[in-house]
Amino acid sequence: MTTLPETTQKKLGLVIDLDTCVGCQACVTSCKEWNTGGYSAPLTDQDPYGADPHGTWLNRVHAYEVGDGAKSQAVHFPRSCLHCEEPDCVTVCPTGASYKREEDGIVLVNPDTCIGCKLCSWACPYGAREYDYKVGVMRKCTLCVDRIYNDNLPEEDRVPACVRACPTGARHFGDVADPQSDVSKLVADREGYDLMADFGYKPQNKYLPPRPKRNGSGVQAIETSDEPTTKAHQTPGSALEKLFSWADQKLSR
Amino acid sequence: MHPAYSVIFFTTASGAGYGVLSLTAIGIISGLVKRDMTFGLVAFGIALGLITAGLLSSTAHLGRPERAWRAFSQWRSSWLSREGVMAVATYVPAGLLAILWIFTGAPGSAATSFEVVLALLAVIGSIITLYCTGMIYASLRTIRHWNLSIVPINYVVFGLMTGAVLFGFLLHLFGESIEGFFWITALLLAGGLAMKTLYWMHVDAAKPISTAENATGLGHIGKVRPFEAAHSTKNFVMREMGYEIARKHVMRLRNLTYLLAFGLPLLGTLATIVGGTVMSLFGSFFALATIAVGIFIERWLFFAEAEHVVNVYYGAEAA
Amino acid sequence: MEPTIDRSPDVADEIKTTTCYMCACRCGIRVFLKNGDVRYIEGNRDHPVNKGVLCGKGSAGIMQHYAPSRLTAPLKRVGERGSGDYEEISWEEALSLATEWLGEVRSTDPRKLALFTGRDQSQALTGWWASQFGTPNFAAHGGFCSVNMAAGGLYTFGGSFWEFGEPDWEKTEYFLLFGVAEDHASNPIKMGLGKLKERGVKVAAVNPVRSGYGAIADEWIGIKPGTDGLFVAALIHELFEARTVDLDYLVRYTNAPWLVIQAPGTADDGLFARDDEGNPLVHDSTSGALKSGLLPDVAPALNGEFELADGKKAVPVFQLMAERYASGVYSPERVAAQTGVPAEDIRRIARELAEAAFEKEIVLDVEWTDWAGRTHDKMIGRPVSMHAMRGISAHSNGFNTCRLIHLLQILLGSIDCPGGFRYKPPYPKAIPPHLKPAGKLGEVAPDTPLPGAPLGFVEGPEDLLVDEAGEPLRIDKAYSWDAPVAAHGLMHMVLNNAAKKDPYGIDVLLMYMANMSWNSSMNVPGVIKYLTDKEEDGSYTIPKIIYSDAYFSEMVPYADLILPDTTYLERWDCISLLDRPISEPDGPADSIRQPVVTPDRDVRPFQDVMIDLGSRLKLPGFTNEDGSAKYPGGYPDYIVNHERTPGVGPLAGWRGEDGESFGKGAPNPDQLERYIENGCFHKHHLEDHQLYFKHANKGYLEWAQSVGFIGSADPVVFQLYSEPLQKFRLAAQGHGAQLPPKHHRRRIEMFFDPLPFWYAPFEGASLDESDFPMHAITQRPMHMYHSWGSQNAWLRQITAQNKLFMNRERAEQMDLADNDWVWIYSHIGRVKAQIALMEGVNPHTVWTWNAIGKRKGTWGLDNDAPEATKGFLLNHLISELLPERDGGYRYSNSDPITGQAAWYDLRVKIEKAEGDAAEESLPRFEPLHRPNQKPRPDELEFGAQFRETPL
Repeated sequence: MTTLPETTQKKLGLVIDLDTCVGCQACVTSCKEWNTGGYSAPLTDQDPYGADPHGTWLNRVHAYEVGDGAKSQAVHFPRSCLHCEEPDCVTVCPTGASYKREEDGIVLVNPDTCIGCKLCSWACPYGAREYDYKVGVMRKCTLCVDRIYNDNLPEEDRVPACVRACPTGARHFGDVADPQSDVSKLVADREGYDLMADFGYKPQNKYLPPRPKRNGSGVQAIETSDEPTTKAHQTPGSALEKLFSWADQKLSR
Repeated sequence: MHPAYSVIFFTTASGAGYGVLSLTAIGIISGLVKRDMTFGLVAFGIALGLITAGLLSSTAHLGRPERAWRAFSQWRSSWLSREGVMAVATYVPAGLLAILWIFTGAPGSAATSFEVVLALLAVIGSIITLYCTGMIYASLRTIRHWNLSIVPINYVVFGLMTGAVLFGFLLHLFGESIEGFFWITALLLAGGLAMKTLYWMHVDAAKPISTAENATGLGHIGKVRPFEAAHSTKNFVMREMGYEIARKHVMRLRNLTYLLAFGLPLLGTLATIVGGTVMSLFGSFFALATIAVGIFIERWLFFAEAEHVVNVYYGAEAA
Repeated sequence: MEPTIDRSPDVADEIKTTTCYMCACRCGIRVFLKNGDVRYIEGNRDHPVNKGVLCGKGSAGIMQHYAPSRLTAPLKRVGERGSGDYEEISWEEALSLATEWLGEVRSTDPRKLALFTGRDQSQALTGWWASQFGTPNFAAHGGFCSVNMAAGGLYTFGGSFWEFGEPDWEKTEYFLLFGVAEDHASNPIKMGLGKLKERGVKVAAVNPVRSGYGAIADEWIGIKPGTDGLFVAALIHELFEARTVDLDYLVRYTNAPWLVIQAPGTADDGLFARDDEGNPLVHDSTSGALKSGLLPDVAPALNGEFELADGKKAVPVFQLMAERYASGVYSPERVAAQTGVPAEDIRRIARELAEAAFEKEIVLDVEWTDWAGRTHDKMIGRPVSMHAMRGISAHSNGFNTCRLIHLLQILLGSIDCPGGFRYKPPYPKAIPPHLKPAGKLGEVAPDTPLPGAPLGFVEGPEDLLVDEAGEPLRIDKAYSWDAPVAAHGLMHMVLNNAAKKDPYGIDVLLMYMANMSWNSSMNVPGVIKYLTDKEEDGSYTIPKIIYSDAYFSEMVPYADLILPDTTYLERWDCISLLDRPISEPDGPADSIRQPVVTPDRDVRPFQDVMIDLGSRLKLPGFTNEDGSAKYPGGYPDYIVNHERTPGVGPLAGWRGEDGESFGKGAPNPDQLERYIENGCFHKHHLEDHQLYFKHANKGYLEWAQSVGFIGSADPVVFQLYSEPLQKFRLAAQGHGAQLPPKHHRRRIEMFFDPLPFWYAPFEGASLDESDFPMHAITQRPMHMYHSWGSQNAWLRQITAQNKLFMNRERAEQMDLADNDWVWIYSHIGRVKAQIALMEGVNPHTVWTWNAIGKRKGTWGLDNDAPEATKGFLLNHLISELLPERDGGYRYSNSDPITGQAAWYDLRVKIEKAEGDAAEESLPRFEPLHRPNQKPRPDELEFGAQFRETPL
């Protein structure tokens, strides 16, 4: 059903912390690994050992540099389906294979009915959908719909594979519609934002911006004077003598 | 956007097919086209043949063509589905009309009122189908070269325009003559030229939808440059959406389009006005041959020039 | 209607735990199996190393396991070396042949076996095997990896980074990260950084390149390569200047008050003044007398000159340190230009460190008893922590730089305190650990085991492995005057030395998991020549090469006998406390691998093969008195039943007949079962009072002694001033029984400084810098570190080509643009590569992802793979030897103290590759031919077999 549900009961999504992601690709390969044998099985790879290896992945991590020269920053930028509230990728689908779940807002492609017209991938500004050249259907992040409700997994593992694997804890999963959820609080605290909000697709996934870089260690202001002003310096003698006399004083206390 | 030949062939062939169908049907309604079994067979055959070949070709673009029937289900939201529905729906009046027109009635006899109704429906169906095709592209907010109200109009105009050139050739081939038809063709060609010029002026002037800074949400820090790609060989997104064409090639191909899709066909069409039978036949064939190549380049360029916004994640400064 | 989807599909028929081997991190994994295939691999939440997470490599393990590059059967060379002409043979034939070759060596001259085992995680076995065989010529890849770190730490505070210790992630308030760290402790550091980010703790990264962890640091210090030591020395200078040094900590835990004899020209100059029992002396300020520094209740002076009983003068270590570091030599202004770090930044960072250490002091209300029996009601922490690895290690000044970092940590009072840098048991150990290398003159004899382990820690010239003339006894010249403190050997010199028969020729080279003819060597073309050099009679100079690996690497075609190993999912292994432990600061841990799938090829685990060969060769440790095999069950049999010393075996958990003992206890036949039940690991949790100050914590030390970690419960006194180094220096000055040959003396005297110092890396210092103005360094991408990733169909999609990264501004000055092709010249050759411009790299530095470049025909890749056509190695540009010295002698391109390969010292110049239109990297080597390469799939549809409905 490619018309969108009026509302969804939940808005499940990922909250990705750009301040913490080190670009290790754990979310990328764990996603591939889970999903190539899961709901979307298989995610095929073309020319896997040849000149032009390329396959179907549901999550990718870019690295950008932002700003110029030494004042720039490096930011690792994971990118996958954002499970938008009002995505065109669903409405353009001619078959109903692409749909948004009423229960949780997850955007899925039904691999049994997708005709592989690729139009949904054209409609997505985020490059989230990848066509499977061998199977002939479109693939995308399922938010691990076959994990998050799976009775065969322990409760704590009912999260997307990328979240389960992420070593730095840069990926969070939850209901962004519930203001009391951990992810919602995180988004509020850290001023989480939507990618390309001007499209109006209303992504359920949010990004937490890199925290401002700082030279100081934070809590306490750092004195800017170049000259240390400890009392020890006021004793007479050479620099070393002063140091030793400070040490003597200090130890004799 | 990657210019897929199957889609280029689909849109141009079925476009011309609907054009021929529409003009034939209008000819029938207006009585300008006389009932003639051979001409009927050829005109409807070519129209429906092109439409069918185009639609079949479009399924070659599908990963799972055997499931293509599913595409008729989502007409409420999807322009692609609407196009499919309209294409099939148009077959009904068009096919019935063709059968009745070819196989019933005395040669030269006028259209029955039922035939007129069918013809009217075929014309409306054709134009709506062409419009739907255009809307498939025009509805994509991710591609600023397509997301324009002029795009579906162009699809309709180019369909009628190519159809008119083809129809004109058929008239000359069968020695049929419709008074002033060349004016309609010339008008459509001039209109097409104007529309395409307008289109290019528009896309050249339009600002990119997004920048790397905007797309990543990092612009408040500074200029965003790619450092490490997410993958070192191209993935589907880059293959499909990352097609790049140099500006100088674009300009050359645009000029070629002006020449082959509009200029020379117009010349050929004008030749039919001034020339005799042979000259007219040659002129209309010349128009057909050039527009066939020209419209292909036009359509190729329509895809190749289109920049998908996703490229800003892949190193494009803006798209 | 929405389609109904199966919300609870079956995830596995069975989930088995084991240990990852995609790198050296050794995380616990859970392997999901479905119909006998590996469905999924996830981190084990209970595991002490990764606590459930898993990195990009570990999560791509499936493709490693199923890679077409896997070797399939034993092979015997029939053509020339490098030709790839092999015949498949049976294991019986392979093992008989190996036994014949090895038996002959053992019965004549065991030194002529060189056993070197690259990325071996079973060195406790292989090292012991070598000593049972009787050859001193054993080492693993530590000599080109991290020996500077290990030795620098073990000779300073009885621990080191990575497997020896880690920051107190929960409590630290400042984290200083040096160099490339994405390699080792992959997941623990990532998890730790995540915790720091959550708490808003400042992270500062000192690295010429800003990538990976540096990207999320609050501050990036884009230092010039090889000058970290100078930067750290300037920080130390600043701490002295600002009086932000933890004097109490120095007095309590370090040799800062110990008196150093000042008698230039005499044999004991620079040694510690000692009493009759050999205890180091300090000057007790209370009594004014000289007392043993090991007594608890003295108030030692930190400065002053004192007269010893023999009339010689002595001063405390602290005074020598102050003279060196507080003087102007290391002032921020002096080092700013060389390091590229502005003086004001150095000052500020020193202030930040001091502020975190002293103003954010942590107090834990935990009672503990120190080594002298004094009870303290609190644990006071200086919450500054550091980590360093490759960028420090792989320079010729790495040992000293590493010591400087530890000095900095110690001056701040931040070793093993709350919030500081914490030991992972069995560390701390004695400084250095009491384990001397075996293989001295007379210790190597036919059919005789060595009296000890081949690798250990020298404490002075008397421990070196040299002959009467002072020449090396080991093939790699470890523990000789070339590299006296070579605690991990010099694997990188074996082929060079063996081919040149310097110090002698060998007969059999046995290697495991070491890609010596490619990315694990310096000067690759040279190494390929050494592997194929022939004598006048047409025989190979290195006569027999046996090689074991699971995959078809660049090294395989140069071996005469190939013993195919299994993948990590098909084998038993033990990650032993006797080897490189996986402990955490709150307790020692070890683990096993168990086979979770059965090999579908005629391959055997290397460790099984070594144990089999051991019993075939009748090596004492592998043979019963009646001549039968001691471990007929192979490696698992050995893991359970081997005892290194009575009660101490490869695994520390569930020992004793009842399985209730930890550390020491009789072999437990059910031990592996118990490990498997527990997720394939064992962890012992220390009690709260044992958690910090382990170097001086009675509760910890006595316990550690009781479980066999340390020989005595004596405190570990940090050696800021290293007496063993001074002993080498004295020998170079002509004192003592074991003197270096004349040509070594200047070098030994210069670099064996008992207090760490900075000197310029050798390669830069020996070249005209204007000829080679750029530093060139490498790192592996995080998703491939230690993981042999190019054969992995998933990982190679992420990185199949490497480019040379350059500073954008610098490149633009040189008229270079993104994706240009350039020549990279070093003093020994040139490489053509494609460049990529970036902001976050020191302008004097270029760098690339290492080991992406592959030789055609290898790793199961097509010849036109980007790895082979566009990828490149910098290894070709790195000389394994330093330029010739007076007298023609050429030292290895290594740290003069440890022999650590100095591959980060590389200097290059960059020129645009004009007139060569081909967009391919150079040099090209002939494609290697693999005899039994199975057809590779054009498409992979892994996972299709797990679908419940057909496609």
